[in-house]
Amino acid sequence: MTKVQKIINDPENIVAEVIDGLVLASHGRLRKLEDAPALVRTGIEPGKVALLVGGGSGHEPMYSAYVGKGLADASVCGNIFASPPPNHIHAATVAANQGKGVLYVYGNYAGDVMNFDMAAEMAAEDGIEVRTVLVNDDVATDRPEDRRGIGGAFYIVKIAGAACAEAKSLDEAEAVVNKAQANTRTIGVAVRAGSLPETGEPTFELGEGEIEIGLGVHGEPGVERRALMPADELTANMIDRLVNDLPFKRGDRVAMLLNNLGATTQMELLIVNRKARQILQEKGIEVARTDIGAYFTSQEMAGFSITLIRLDDELARLIEAPCESLPFTQR
Amino acid sequence: MSDRLTVDQTKAALVAAADAIIASTERLTKADQAIGDGDHGLGMARGMKAAKEALDKKPAATVGDLFKTVGMAIVSTSGGASGAVFGTLFTGAGKVLTADVLDAESFATALLEGQKAVQARGKAEPGHKTMLDALAPAAEAARANAAAGLPAAARAAAKAAAEGAERTKDMVAQFGRARTLGDRALGHPDPGAISVTIILDAFATAAGG
Repeated sequence: MTKVQKIINDPENIVAEVIDGLVLASHGRLRKLEDAPALVRTGIEPGKVALLVGGGSGHEPMYSAYVGKGLADASVCGNIFASPPPNHIHAATVAANQGKGVLYVYGNYAGDVMNFDMAAEMAAEDGIEVRTVLVNDDVATDRPEDRRGIGGAFYIVKIAGAACAEAKSLDEAEAVVNKAQANTRTIGVAVRAGSLPETGEPTFELGEGEIEIGLGVHGEPGVERRALMPADELTANMIDRLVNDLPFKRGDRVAMLLNNLGATTQMELLIVNRKARQILQEKGIEVARTDIGAYFTSQEMAGFSITLIRLDDELARLIEAPCESLPFTQR
Repeated sequence: MSDRLTVDQTKAALVAAADAIIASTERLTKADQAIGDGDHGLGMARGMKAAKEALDKKPAATVGDLFKTVGMAIVSTSGGASGAVFGTLFTGAGKVLTADVLDAESFATALLEGQKAVQARGKAEPGHKTMLDALAPAAEAARANAAAGLPAAARAAAKAAAEGAERTKDMVAQFGRARTLGDRALGHPDPGAISVTIILDAFATAAGG
């Protein structure tokens, strides 16, 4: 297979250069830390419950770019597809903490869990309280403890940002973010692999005319390989998996995210949206909000994920709350 | 070689282990590409380079100080799951090495403590196709051969690790990113288990075993 052409410099410098790009685009709203590849909001409100997100790089804008008012207070950037080390997470934790403790929100991957846990232990030695909500929205794995964090992370970070902005305590913020996480489900599909930017090699192989439903954002195997099918049939397959998993029921109110994994067109996602809404209407599930775009990518992987989050009044209010960041701003 | 290593000799053995990992970067990368995302070799090499620098700079009163220095360097520079696991191994082993010499007895105890620390951190068990499948038999072999002296105990540990790494070929991963590959990882050894073998083999050679 021919190597993917990338507009990069020395692969070793990818993460540092992405961080510089984000800082410059923030026009003073973000700063980078000296001693760790991490971004921190400038002017974090004193006494605020802090929100820290992070994980491997290469999924931009997740997680690094979702730092801003109403979103995360800090993000820590690991190497491509690899967890950041605990000392980097710890440095960002100290920078974000405003005396009320720090909520960690990140995806459920073995490396991330170990490194963030170690950072939380380091923070505890400094007297900084840390709580963790693991994003594990991917329904492609049976056991909930094995479930990975994928596209639904956007809604959970959005809600966590709003919750931490108004919460009086870390307990309060943790409880509402746990509720958001428990009500979020995502299923993805890939029609073409992305590549590892350092090497240009694809992260997995798909046969000619093949797609994989449930494939992970690093190429982890999904639930089934199928021949490419029309958008309506694929959408129905994916929505069924989501609805049956939670399960979402008649009368539920949801927000729906159609996330572009990197190289799928808005054209295709709008076609999917049309069918998804039709099916959900038939099932009596009200879609109160729709987001369509590239929120959590895997390089130039072609494919998308569908996320549904069941909303109650509190989650509906938090998801609509104002926020600002380079990839996502709402007034 | 004598039956025990001084602090300086232990440092030299750790540097030899670090060099062996750095020299094996490509082999580890290939092994990880088969069942993971291919970053294990680069991460381990980055950590071991940092470990060598730290060993050079940081004074050590006990053997354990050396192991902790290596562990901290790996944790803070390797990143990913490898950094957490191997950093925890060295740090955990270092905690019980409170003397200024390393003998067979303390080597065996340190391997077991390192293993316990890794299990507590990662929640994996032997049999899950991880580095523990090389480390656990190595710790056991070191204990069983402790009476034979450090060179023999270290060599027995390295041999047991190699056999354990070989057995991971037949295991289906239960942990880490390779877990999600399921049966597709069958026939391939776990890259972390290979790294344990490389480290123990170089350490044993430096210890005269």
